Amino acid sequence: MTIFFLLAPFSVLLALMGLAGFWWTVRSGQYDDPAGDAARILMDDADDAPALIQVRAREADPG
Amino acid sequence: MALTYDAAPDYSAFLKPAKDGGATFDLLVKGARCAACMAKIEGGVARLPGVRSARLNLTSGKLSVDFEGRSGDPGRVMSTLEKLGYDSAPYDPGQAAAAQDREGRRLTMALGVAAFGAGNAMMFSVPIWAGLFGQELGPAALIMMQWASGLIATPCALYAGMPFFQSAWRSLRVGRANMDVPISIGVILTLAISFAETLLRGRDTYFDAAVSLLFLLLIGRWLDHKLRSRARGAAADLLAMQAPAATVLTADGAQHRRPLADIVVGDLILVRPGERLPVDARVEAGASELDNALLTGESRPVPIGVGELCRAGALNLSGMLTLRAEARSDDSAVAAIARLVEAGAQSKSRYVRLADRAAAIYVPVVHTAAALTFVLGWSLGLGPREALLRAVAVLIITCPCALGLAVPAVQVAASARLFRKQVLVKSGAALERLAEVTHVVFDKTGVLTLGRPTLIDPMPEAVALAAPLARASSHPLARALAAQDGGTALAQDVVETAGQGIEGLIHGRRARLGRAAFVGVEGAQGAETELWFAFEGDTKIRFQFADSLRPDARETIDALRARGLSVEILSGDLPGAVRSVAEALDVRQWRAGMTPADKAAWVKSLATVGHRSLMVGDGLNDTAALATAHAAMAPGTALDASQNAADLVFSGEGLGAVVTAIDVARAARHRALENFGFSALYNLIAAPAAMLGLINPFVAALAMSGSSLVVTLNALRMHRAGR
Repeated sequence: MTIFFLLAPFSVLLALMGLAGFWWTVRSGQYDDPAGDAARILMDDADDAPALIQVRAREADPG
Repeated sequence: MALTYDAAPDYSAFLKPAKDGGATFDLLVKGARCAACMAKIEGGVARLPGVRSARLNLTSGKLSVDFEGRSGDPGRVMSTLEKLGYDSAPYDPGQAAAAQDREGRRLTMALGVAAFGAGNAMMFSVPIWAGLFGQELGPAALIMMQWASGLIATPCALYAGMPFFQSAWRSLRVGRANMDVPISIGVILTLAISFAETLLRGRDTYFDAAVSLLFLLLIGRWLDHKLRSRARGAAADLLAMQAPAATVLTADGAQHRRPLADIVVGDLILVRPGERLPVDARVEAGASELDNALLTGESRPVPIGVGELCRAGALNLSGMLTLRAEARSDDSAVAAIARLVEAGAQSKSRYVRLADRAAAIYVPVVHTAAALTFVLGWSLGLGPREALLRAVAVLIITCPCALGLAVPAVQVAASARLFRKQVLVKSGAALERLAEVTHVVFDKTGVLTLGRPTLIDPMPEAVALAAPLARASSHPLARALAAQDGGTALAQDVVETAGQGIEGLIHGRRARLGRAAFVGVEGAQGAETELWFAFEGDTKIRFQFADSLRPDARETIDALRARGLSVEILSGDLPGAVRSVAEALDVRQWRAGMTPADKAAWVKSLATVGHRSLMVGDGLNDTAALATAHAAMAPGTALDASQNAADLVFSGEGLGAVVTAIDVARAARHRALENFGFSALYNLIAAPAAMLGLINPFVAALAMSGSSLVVTLNALRMHRAGR
């Protein structure tokens, strides 16, 4: 039963971290423009796309 | 509209200085609705010199441009957008911040906190529930679980419940009880009693129930907000947000774009063809024709020349005009209409929504039942503590979860259906009002008719002769003429005389197209809805134009009658024009020559004889009536002000959307009432059970989520209804 005193707070802590993450997504406006974000991810030339994706895209399209 | 920025006007009054030395410029871009538009707009604007970044919010249509220094050129941004094919309007810097969806963020956050609280409090509740069914749970462990559950649930419930507490407080202060009052009382009482029980080593605590109740209710609240903000995103609140601007000429001949509020009497204003007059003004130079259709409902263009007074809101059709302002924006004819709109909107805000009407019955019944449980329980020998627990159980189990979800879930499903049919619903209340309509009032120009002239009895040979000249002009009548001809030939050496006509060479022969006098017809009346055409010294040909009916106007009116609705036409146009439309549509009730105030007053008087009217209009002269009517619809081609005053906006050529919208609104109302019926049934079973002490926290949790699920599933059937 003693393990409960470790696991219960730990699970609440984990959930709190999730809540903090959610708080950050709301604060940084990630729910403000769902239509735009859905479209933005498909844009090829986006400079703010992760570098790895840009490299992969270049490799896949050597022309 | 084809504007030439010979000298780009100065928009720097709209720049908002940023903290880091730069400046931002917010504008509303119309018609940007796809990923390709976004890429094109952001790319095009970001390439301009001095622009640090440009970001378009596709949901709200707002473009934010960051400039490197304080001396950026917003006018250049707007002309770039125009070259790309988008109309834009700058936001007033003071109001741009308000455009951010603060309420949406708060609701989203409250929803997240409630979800966290419900999930984690329930984690500690499950062992307690197991204890209720004879599973082994020692008293010490029970108390620990109760405390853990309470410590997590209480702060979450207090945060997530804020939207409800605040709304309840506001409603109580004006002496009314809305749905949020029993919710707030229920939640706060539940938390208090549960803490008391925990301290008294009791068995029943409802911490998890309080938070999950809020979670379910917040889903409904969030859906309702989404519904309204999507409509806002579609540029519905355009008038409130945008600062309309006018081009002012200074003494040295420079052009400045100024907010309307800054224009004073005596300013020289430049109005290009295709622009609207910003204030009441007198013509100083130039000649043109004005389209007053949106102002008065009159379908024919009016020629104007130097010295004449023109009203704000009129559309300049053909020539460049320089005008002297005669009134400030607030004193112009348009502002008077805006005040009428405001008065109408106030009367509309007094509308009591379906859910609140249900709450008005529900609240006293439930609270009486809870009070009776306590009093009777105590007097029948239950003891005060057990009696109070049962009373609280009644409050919890009957808390209007299903009621809170019943309406928004249905309305979101209904408006999604209408959205696919190109009808935009601005609020849930709009759907409720639309379902109650008994009488439909149509404006004529632009609603029952297409709002643009078309040629009557076109003779192909004659049209082919005049088409090369007509194609060179941007005048609406000339364009209607050119539209009848499939060719592409263009006249040479074209000279257009504003308000008169156009002259040029067709295959080497000199020809004129325009008003009777311009073409050289003697003794003609010179009606505004006709064009004359002639080669030099040849016979004169007359083209007559009329505003034609929408193809499905008759069908729509018959369909409305079949649904038991009466139909009426109110127009600002001349009696002759209105009569012919009314006769073509077999509408017996019609009125012509009505001013905006007349229309609003007539719509108001309809309400006193028991009619709930739906106003369908598009013009500035309709806005007051739109705002006054029980429900209002405007076509997507309508003026921004009208779309703003309307509850629903429909696009597409057909009027059939009016019938579809009424059908869906009625189906939604039916479904919402069905949900209320279900909630009532559920409460009839659950409340007596709670009074008899048959409810424990586990049963409460099951019953609450179960009833909410049933209501939501029933609402989802809306997707198929009325098809």
